[in-house]
Amino acid sequence: MDTLLVLVSIIDATLRVATPLVLAALGGLYAERSGVVDIGLEGKMLGAAFAAAAVAAVSGSALLGLVAGVAVSVALALVHAYASVTHNGNQVVSGMAINIMVAGLAPTLGVAWFRQGGQTPQLAGDARFTPIDLPFARALESVPVVGQLYSEIISGHNLIVYIAAAAVPFSAWLVFRTRFGLRLRAVGENPHAVDTAGVSVADMRYRAMVLCGVLCGIAGAYLSTAHSAAFVRDMTAGKGYLALAALIFGKWKPWPTLTACLLFAFTDAVQVRLQGVPLPLVGVIPVQFIQAIPYILTVLLLAGFVGKAAAPRASGIPFVKDR
Amino acid sequence: MIRASFAALSLAALAFTTPVSPAEFSAAVVFDMGGKFDKSFNEAAYHGAERFKKETGISYREFEVTQEAQRDQGLRNMARRGANMIIAIGFAQATPLEKVAKEYKHARFTIIDAVVDLPNVQSVVFKEHEGSFLVGMAAAMASKTGKVGFIGGMDIPLIRKFALGYVEGAKYVNPAAEVFQNMTGTTPAAWNDPTKGGELARSQFDRGADVIYAAAGGTGIGVLQAAKDNKKLAIGVDSNQNHLQPGFVLTSMIKRVDVAVYEAFKSAKDNKWKGGVKVLGLKEDGVGYSMDEHNKALITADMKAKLDAARADIIAGKIKVTDYMAKK
Repeated sequence: MDTLLVLVSIIDATLRVATPLVLAALGGLYAERSGVVDIGLEGKMLGAAFAAAAVAAVSGSALLGLVAGVAVSVALALVHAYASVTHNGNQVVSGMAINIMVAGLAPTLGVAWFRQGGQTPQLAGDARFTPIDLPFARALESVPVVGQLYSEIISGHNLIVYIAAAAVPFSAWLVFRTRFGLRLRAVGENPHAVDTAGVSVADMRYRAMVLCGVLCGIAGAYLSTAHSAAFVRDMTAGKGYLALAALIFGKWKPWPTLTACLLFAFTDAVQVRLQGVPLPLVGVIPVQFIQAIPYILTVLLLAGFVGKAAAPRASGIPFVKDR
Repeated sequence: MIRASFAALSLAALAFTTPVSPAEFSAAVVFDMGGKFDKSFNEAAYHGAERFKKETGISYREFEVTQEAQRDQGLRNMARRGANMIIAIGFAQATPLEKVAKEYKHARFTIIDAVVDLPNVQSVVFKEHEGSFLVGMAAAMASKTGKVGFIGGMDIPLIRKFALGYVEGAKYVNPAAEVFQNMTGTTPAAWNDPTKGGELARSQFDRGADVIYAAAGGTGIGVLQAAKDNKKLAIGVDSNQNHLQPGFVLTSMIKRVDVAVYEAFKSAKDNKWKGGVKVLGLKEDGVGYSMDEHNKALITADMKAKLDAARADIIAGKIKVTDYMAKK
């Protein structure tokens, strides 16, 4: 019984931590599948987190905050697209520029608007996404195992967690089962062929970047208005890069990427619970070692189990028509 | 009539132009990572400095460290621009301060939370273990499950000192009490990660804790938020944080950094400032627990009586609280 409770709480934490990773990694998936390398996931999330928290604080509505976060993130994605698609700029440089710009700009605007040292005011009530109880969750609570799993793990998350959960099958369908998806993948593999077939490469890449922006925007809004209750300087804390790692780990496919995100989040949830707990045979493990576990695991898995991770062939290469 | 008012006016003008203090007094504060508005440690220092400014009308310069490498620059810039009473907030500034204080011998420095042994440095340290002991008692008394939690910021001896005092306090009330301990991280970023703080708090609530003490600067905001979300209790730190989530903050372990900063400025202005080490504990009112209208309903009269008795016993030396940093 007790083990079940521990397991439930670990899975719960895994879902909470994985949500922004899943959304950002899927955003990266669209971008990279279309041939645009996007290391600006981090910056887009951070920008969206700030915009969402700021608008939610002023308007008192979490949904308006979400809209603002998505708008800012899409705007940043379009900047990236403008630099790297329209002007064939270096995609890594452009993405990095966005990260650095947002890291500085968001706290600066925060200081100017809210005068709380770059943070936004604490959000309460409707300004945050609060847990949703799914139908029958309360009624099924007493049913052993199945009912508990339903009421504890599946029910009781906030809206964005469910959005993230829906985004994975949706992306899998969109990328692999639709005409748009076929063109998207083709643009990332062989843009010249797509161009010959009469489809605009730039147009496809712009669309992919907008999708990427929307997903990163939701991820950012989750960080500041659902998972915590305010924007804090550098609150993404490398999650954008972790999402990129998950994307590579998942070989640019939605379901494996989801698995990778869940794995990262799971190790994180476990390390939190292992701290200071004596383990059989080994005793208490130092905090430093525990906190390194997710990263050690990542390196090991990347080195040993993923096999060859082949990126979309035209990823990172600006498309220039031969004359 | 007109002449009289004119005279009064010129007198007032004279009062304004005459400097209140000798021109050479110039004050500065260097805040540490976590930022001036962390609602906790740095903010307490900010309030102390603001109080000084309000009372004397003398403004001060300030610098907020956002990266480790900036501590040295911050202190050095202040000294170079002629500030001669510089307060460094936080243990992490000890090493850069040692360097800078040797170069600018004319300037006076006060450092909070660390000891730097130089003639022009005043070190102010607190007996956090004593205050933590009291809030540990409060936690154990308020807990229904007999399980309480502790969430530290960066894993450093100073925070272990908070933790040990807290554990001893909890066990003093309930020898069978179980205390969960988590550290947020091992880098200074751990002072400013409320998301992680909230996640750690939830993991402890899930394991049955119902009161959690956060000694983690800005990270603690996430712990307090998680307490509210889960309808459990949290204990604030450094500043009085009871008002942040009213009804869900049992009390706060207050550390009078504000008083230390204020006194340093004030004594320097009055030319009474002295180097050396100042240790502030329960006896000196340097640490304590907070009571206000927000937690009135949470701390019963019985609890308060026990806390006050323990406070008197610690001051009298009847209860010995182990100082983690003196242990080795």
